[in-house]
Amino acid sequence: MHYVIAGAGPAAVAAAEHLRELDGDAGVTLIGVQSQPPYSRMAIPYYLTGKVGEEGTYLRRTEDHYEKIGIDLMCGEVVSVEPGTHQVVLADGQQVSYDKLLLATGAEPIIPPVPGMDDPRVQQCWHLEDAKRIIELAKPGARAVQVGAGFIGCIILESWVLREVNLTVLEMGPRMVPRMLGDKAGSLLQSWCESKGVKVHTGVRVSAIESSEEELQVVLDNGEICPADVVIVSTGVKPRLDYLGGSGITIDQGIVIDEHMQTSVPDVYAAGDCAQGLDFSTGKTAVHAVQPTATEHGRVAAANMVGANNLPYKGSLNMNVLDTLGLITCSFGAWEGVDGGDYGELYNPENFQYINLQFKDDVLVGANSVGYHQHLGVLRGLIETRMPLGPWKDKLKDNPVLLADAYVGVNQAALQKAQ
Amino acid sequence: MHKALVMKADACTGCHQCEMMCSYGKVGAFNPAKSVMDITIFDGGAVNVPSTCTQCEDAWCMVVCPVQAITCNPATGAKEVSAEACVGCKVCSIACPFGAINYDPDSGVVSKCDLCKGEPMCVEACPTTALAYVAQDSTGYERMRHNALLAAGL
Ligand SMILES: Cc1cc2nc3c(=O)[nH]c(=O)nc-3n(C[C@H](O)[C@H](O)[C@H](O)COP(=O)(O)OP(=O)(O)OC[C@H]3O[C@@H](n4cnc5c(N)ncnc54)[C@H](O)[C@@H]3O)c2cc1C
Ligand code: SF4
Repeated sequence: MHYVIAGAGPAAVAAAEHLRELDGDAGVTLIGVQSQPPYSRMAIPYYLTGKVGEEGTYLRRTEDHYEKIGIDLMCGEVVSVEPGTHQVVLADGQQVSYDKLLLATGAEPIIPPVPGMDDPRVQQCWHLEDAKRIIELAKPGARAVQVGAGFIGCIILESWVLREVNLTVLEMGPRMVPRMLGDKAGSLLQSWCESKGVKVHTGVRVSAIESSEEELQVVLDNGEICPADVVIVSTGVKPRLDYLGGSGITIDQGIVIDEHMQTSVPDVYAAGDCAQGLDFSTGKTAVHAVQPTATEHGRVAAANMVGANNLPYKGSLNMNVLDTLGLITCSFGAWEGVDGGDYGELYNPENFQYINLQFKDDVLVGANSVGYHQHLGVLRGLIETRMPLGPWKDKLKDNPVLLADAYVGVNQAALQKAQ
Repeated sequence: MHKALVMKADACTGCHQCEMMCSYGKVGAFNPAKSVMDITIFDGGAVNVPSTCTQCEDAWCMVVCPVQAITCNPATGAKEVSAEACVGCKVCSIACPFGAINYDPDSGVVSKCDLCKGEPMCVEACPTTALAYVAQDSTGYERMRHNALLAAGL
């Protein structure tokens, strides 16, 4: 049996290692386009701040890790998939045969279709190479404009501030991280950033970037102009699918996969940022493009590839945690609430604290928090297990801070019942 | 078979000695806020529940970590955090459904129970039988965990 994985990010590596664990005799080949060992995009912000060096971004810490456990690393770009002959074709013309194939090619940044984006002082922050280039451009005192305050934008923002640039953030949505935080949480985050000296404009669109030798001018749709020495573009991501033309694999927002992580084509699976998989909260499919979903996808796909589709997936819970200049925000599941639902809220703007818990009957279905960092994981535990909260629901509505107590209390009650 | 840290709510008096020693072991100061063993007090002290990481085999935190900062100590089975490798991204702290791994803003990295390399200080500190570090089969620990997970629908 030969398993081939296209891509070499977290989803790919999680899958490769699990394939190895489950099927000791099979061949496992990982094909990645980068020349360096598989690394984590997530670690790039910490490379930018100097917290870790390049090696600190690698997914595995020992050099011979893959060799030692019998995973073949191949450097190359997959340019087409041919399910008929069970082959993938690389950019240099090489053909690689597979028995089962996993597509884990991740996502790529969306570049807004406005003039001027091709100036070398306009940078995305996606590859390690981008990070290296940004380090050169973002000198202390430089005027930096970040276009986009989505979740990745709000993580990397800290890197610029620590590099002592003069930062302006532009967001098209009505608030910061509009797809992860509600109004109150997003506004708290904005005032926090402003209190740290970052200028934030929401509800604005960039219509062009004009460049001269001395500077860039970011032109907004309201006519305003922001001068800049460097522009960082962080306006969202889209699955990387360019190599799938002619493969017959069904694509919607991403590669559509079923509950076994299989694509519409037999023996071809997909995982991570490129995949549109089952969402735990909605029961529909979605592209999450976050690390927890990517690694979970990888493992579940591996299990189904080995076990002939016998491990149906319950879907991934969308979740995220951000640390923006020291303010920690998080979101889980149906944070916007569900029809016929109910909620509990704590709002303490003086201390930049906020918790919003969304319920359906007496089950937690989603949450947002700002300014808390202890026991956040219990939110996942409560949502994914659909544990009835019983009397704890009212206590939580009165005081959402009691989350961890509620979790222990509910579990304790369940344990007693089971004994 | 690794030994396991077994926690019994019915024997816990809520004295917080374990939290004190745990924090001392972790950060060198008696500060329950830095403890990774937590005692939750219910009904004004009528019920006290100790909880910490159960060292899951395919630990969520370990699988999700983008830089392999969490590894399994083969001697104890504990999932240990490398403070040098951890970048402080916190993704493990939302991925652990038990809330048993948490970010410490003072150190910039996460902290969790590592069984003190096989000599858990909380167990030493506990004046009752609420905390014990014993061979797993002799205690029905696996059954306990199994029941807990079943009850939790995991
Ligand atoms: C700056 C930044 C910060 C982030 N922070 C967080 C965070 O805090 N929390 C969180 O949950 N998520 C975060 N993310 C998102 C997270 O990194 C992704 O969800 C995760 O990397 C997805 O893993 P993946 O394996 O699916 O894809 P990727 O990590 O994108 O890996 C795909 C790999 O495949 C390679 N590849 C692509 N196409 C081909 C091809 N045709 N042939 C061969 N190889 C190919 C790519 O080069 C890449 O190495 C962040 C992302 C960025 C950029
Ligand atoms: S906070 Fe540290 S240990 Fe946790 S996932 Fe991030 S890097 Fe790994």
